[in-house]
Amino acid sequence: MEVETEVERDINNVMCQLGDPEGTPLGPPLYLPQNAGPQQLQLIVNKLLNNEEKLPYAFYISDQELFVPLETYLQKNKVSVEKVLSIVYQPQAVFRIRPVSRCSATITGHAEPVLSVSFSPDGKQLASGSGDTTVRLWDLNTQTPMFTCTGHKNWVLCIAWSPDGKHLVSGSKAGELKIWDPLSGKPSGNPLVGHRKWITGISWEPVHLNSPCRRFVSSSKDGDARIWDVSLRRCVIVLSGHTLAVTCVKWGGDGVIYTGSQDCTIKVWETSQGKLIRELKGHGHWVNSLALSTEYVLRTGAYDHTGKEFSSPEKMKQVALERYKKMKGNAPERLVSGSDDFTMFLWEPSMSKHPKTRMTGHQQLVNHVYFSPDGQWIASASFDKSVKLWNGITGKFVTAFRGHVGPVYQISWSADSRLLLSGSKDSTLKVWDIRTKKLKQDLPGHADEVFAVDWSPDGEKVASGGKDKVLKLWMG
Amino acid sequence: MALGIKGKMFAKKRYAEKALMKKTLAMHEESTSRRKVDDDVQDGAVPAYLLDRENTTRAKVLSNTIKQKRKEKAGKWDVPLPKVRPVAEDEMFKVMRSGKRRTKQWKRMVTKATFVGPSFTRKPPKYERFIRPSGLRFNKAHVTHPELKATFNLEIIGVKKNPNGPMYTSLGVMTKGTIIEVNVSELGLVTPAGKVVWGKYAQVTNNPENDGCVNAVLLV
Repeated sequence: MEVETEVERDINNVMCQLGDPEGTPLGPPLYLPQNAGPQQLQLIVNKLLNNEEKLPYAFYISDQELFVPLETYLQKNKVSVEKVLSIVYQPQAVFRIRPVSRCSATITGHAEPVLSVSFSPDGKQLASGSGDTTVRLWDLNTQTPMFTCTGHKNWVLCIAWSPDGKHLVSGSKAGELKIWDPLSGKPSGNPLVGHRKWITGISWEPVHLNSPCRRFVSSSKDGDARIWDVSLRRCVIVLSGHTLAVTCVKWGGDGVIYTGSQDCTIKVWETSQGKLIRELKGHGHWVNSLALSTEYVLRTGAYDHTGKEFSSPEKMKQVALERYKKMKGNAPERLVSGSDDFTMFLWEPSMSKHPKTRMTGHQQLVNHVYFSPDGQWIASASFDKSVKLWNGITGKFVTAFRGHVGPVYQISWSADSRLLLSGSKDSTLKVWDIRTKKLKQDLPGHADEVFAVDWSPDGEKVASGGKDKVLKLWMG
Repeated sequence: MALGIKGKMFAKKRYAEKALMKKTLAMHEESTSRRKVDDDVQDGAVPAYLLDRENTTRAKVLSNTIKQKRKEKAGKWDVPLPKVRPVAEDEMFKVMRSGKRRTKQWKRMVTKATFVGPSFTRKPPKYERFIRPSGLRFNKAHVTHPELKATFNLEIIGVKKNPNGPMYTSLGVMTKGTIIEVNVSELGLVTPAGKVVWGKYAQVTNNPENDGCVNAVLLV
């Protein structure tokens, strides 16, 4: 009989330095035992940050997420214990969104393909614009049509909710914009005319800059962007300068407007007089899409996953400002642009006019780029049938999601930044898990191409519309 | 008022002036009133990001790929002479008797034009089954460019396909309708990538055994 000798496991220690995603270290370097795992690290971070409630964190060592105790990680990757190991912690959303898995309703109503779909910032209402020149408002409780807003002369290409949820603006192929009151479905005044060709994008002024929401900017094929005032019902400033069509426009949180155009440049404008601040050159072909790191917070304004109501515009402004500050942190606002030249650029427009990173890898044009709600990730949808995930701060490539068999048209993030939704020409929607970097759920059901997708800010529902003229609501 | 032919001519001239005057008046009227330009609402609505892009309709693309696949499967290609008269074996070959008593009849002589290539060496005469007479061997072809309508004397590189059968292709027999590969470096053609094209296919258009030369048309 052999006597089993017990091997005493040495619990070695390793020197670790915790740091936040932007690089600032948290506390001094710590001597941690090697059997410490993500849970123990979470306790430490919560303690060091003096958080009252225990917030969840994800940990990354050299861009790889840490799931196992440090010991296993060190052994697998053969990292030397003599050097200080830097661990980056990333706050995760406190709430967790359930992935959508089933189509709860297919609502017909539009007579022509549905071109754009958008939830209101509080997630309580849904609007869609279509080729039959109408904007329809849908009731989410009964999943039936609520109002039909007619009046446009041609296809309704874009719709945008104001961040306080009080107005809905829609732009059409005829170049006119109409403002609707979402509670009654009636237009608030005459259509806003000024653009000479079709509207390519609409963006509202953030509620933390001005509450109640009054101004929004629209971009058009005719090469200018116009700032309109809802209460004055007219165009206040015209931002002209682009030589070709302006394909997208975004109102930044610092009070500047970014416009991307087919002339391969991005222009940064200031909003009080409409002067050009900067021109960001670098792309070789049309700029198709822009995204800001704080975009999600600007879109939802003061509303968050708790679903609180606000009594007055000032309170809304205050809460929105707090949320915006928290989201932005100390870093400047980041801008990512996707172009027809198959690449994307990451810019910090307030710092320099040269791009921070060039993100290459796509094999076809990049149609849509979107920052995750927490600003940590960038997702890009391209006509090469893939969706690529990039680090939101450095712009480094993380992973590619393959699965679609047709060009991917639009993407949308869930409010907790853990799930990504993509809609494609192949008529399916796919939900991708960011943690496992794999396909979470496949949502077939549409009969034809999917043109527009949106995830509600409260995370409960997903709406999608496309060429088959129906609106589909998906639930978890 | 004038009468007769003069009157008719005058009336015609006056009418022409009246019509012209009416037209100019109508034109002036048009410019004073501004009418709203009504763009018709068209079918096939696409979102803003697809508007400036020309997308071939999926149906057409699908049928194109299906057609191409069918063609590849059938081996049919777009050639100037799609159908040719089939050549029978007894027309193509002449039986050569061999042996002391001239009873063995396994040898054949090709009666049509052939191409053998510069490095051709005959098999030992005792064993060769197919005889390709040197008088019927051709190295050059008169190749016509269909668009330029110019004919060039180009070297043959090889016989690609003889419609009468794979055996004739392997022998190098050139009959009417055979696809041959010719050396086009003389023409100075360049690919979009910048490389020089030196070989192209051409189809034989005459009966070379009757004419003494190979005439072909280039397949562009």
